[in-house]
Amino acid sequence: MAKKRLVLTFPPEVVERPVVAMMVKEYDVITNILRAEIHEGEIGRMLVELEGDAKRIREGVKHLKDLGVQVEDAITDIERTEELCIDCGACTAVCLTKALKVGAPDWELQLDKDRCILCGLCVDACPLQLITVKF
Amino acid sequence: MAKTLEDINERIRKGDAVVLTAEEMTELVASEGAAKAARKVDVVTTGTFGPMCSSGAFVNFGHSEPPIKMSKVWLNDVPVCADVAAVDAYIGATAMSDTEGMAYGGAHVIQDLIEGKWVKLKATAYGTDCYPRREIETWVNKDTLNQAYLFNPRNAYQNYACATNGSDRTIYTYMGVLLPNFGNATYCSAGQLSPLLNDPFYRTIGIGTRIFLGGGHGYVAWQGTQHKPSAPRSPGGTPLGPAGTLALIGDIREMDSRFIRGARFHRYGVSIYVGVGIPIPVLDEEMAAFTGVSDSEIFTSIFDYSQPTRSRDPLGKVSYAQLRSGTIEIDGRKTPCAPLSSYRVARDIAGELKRWITEGEFQLTGPVELLPTEGTVQGLDIRDGEGI
Repeated sequence: MAKKRLVLTFPPEVVERPVVAMMVKEYDVITNILRAEIHEGEIGRMLVELEGDAKRIREGVKHLKDLGVQVEDAITDIERTEELCIDCGACTAVCLTKALKVGAPDWELQLDKDRCILCGLCVDACPLQLITVKF
Repeated sequence: MAKTLEDINERIRKGDAVVLTAEEMTELVASEGAAKAARKVDVVTTGTFGPMCSSGAFVNFGHSEPPIKMSKVWLNDVPVCADVAAVDAYIGATAMSDTEGMAYGGAHVIQDLIEGKWVKLKATAYGTDCYPRREIETWVNKDTLNQAYLFNPRNAYQNYACATNGSDRTIYTYMGVLLPNFGNATYCSAGQLSPLLNDPFYRTIGIGTRIFLGGGHGYVAWQGTQHKPSAPRSPGGTPLGPAGTLALIGDIREMDSRFIRGARFHRYGVSIYVGVGIPIPVLDEEMAAFTGVSDSEIFTSIFDYSQPTRSRDPLGKVSYAQLRSGTIEIDGRKTPCAPLSSYRVARDIAGELKRWITEGEFQLTGPVELLPTEGTVQGLDIRDGEGI
């Protein structure tokens, strides 16, 4: 079983296609929608976690691309300027998935990008304005 | 056996002083007891690095040719208070940029000065016979200024509240982003490392005490604003909420932006992270016991910040050991909690100050005058002007 976290960007002509159902039904890939935003007449974006046979995931993703869906690895979409971070922990207050953590023993801020759902709350919560999230 | 400050300084000069950080002292007192620790240890170093809005810097720009009596002044588009003599000003940490709003403010100007950056100065004036110039635009940095020193009216709060939000919407406060329905809680104290929690009745920290401020040497100038020593306290002496405060002073030119940082709290405003470390002489067993305090013995109160009133009812009491675990209980429900002040940097500060003292470059001073140990804070009542 493989796991992959991706950001899917849908052009307007694909927004209404039942893409997730297709991944589940045709490719037997468990598709967990972590976050989705679709604006009327515009592009839509979706953060998904795909779980299933690695080969089937690859095939499914290829099919998505053929449909015109843009596929990116999610982990590139949150960045923090680590060298300026003071490890205060203010961002962890709003991080419900615990992607951002601070604690014993060293009290240094840890960012686990695999847990991040790109909600963006930490961007506002960081007093030093060191976090950027693209979604 | 009691020691004097002079005994301790003599040992520092000889390089013989035994210096521990407040964390190390907590371990020592727990394992060997206060009496033994008092005999072994000369100085305990504390540290804290949190947002302290009540801060700012006095600067003197020097006189231009022809001279100007500055009336309105901006540094990097941030308005600063110039209502003192002709070319003196006070950069309030929370002042916001006219062009960038709360993304950049007085605190960031102070940080830029510390980092040696050039800062744009703009000033206007009404012009006088002796100061004819009516406007000026130029660039300054910490070396072109005659003086540049932090003078912070309220720093190093002895304990602070734990904040949460019982309303049904997210609120944006100086205690950070608080999620609805008690979705999270924040706290802001270095706890067992914090200066005034290690000297709860201000026996050794007073006016004139030499300290670590922002990476350089500084001094306690006065009691801080809203100094409130008559707060309810736990049996060990530490207050159960905000209590004593300090006004601090120190030269910007000695500082390091690792220990002073501009900050903005979303939809609240600008603030400044200030690094403070205070050495505490272990004069006797009582001071050893005070400096041996641990997070499990220090408590604070939880408040619902969605109540926009000056007198909120506490929702409960919680220890710093509990807060440091990352989860507290509010109304029987588990709530994740997070710090706003940096424990990592607080530790660095206590460690740095320990190094200064151990290497003999920092000696202790006793207070010239003690801080009040009684007194509370008054509110501001709305008066209509009749019968006052």
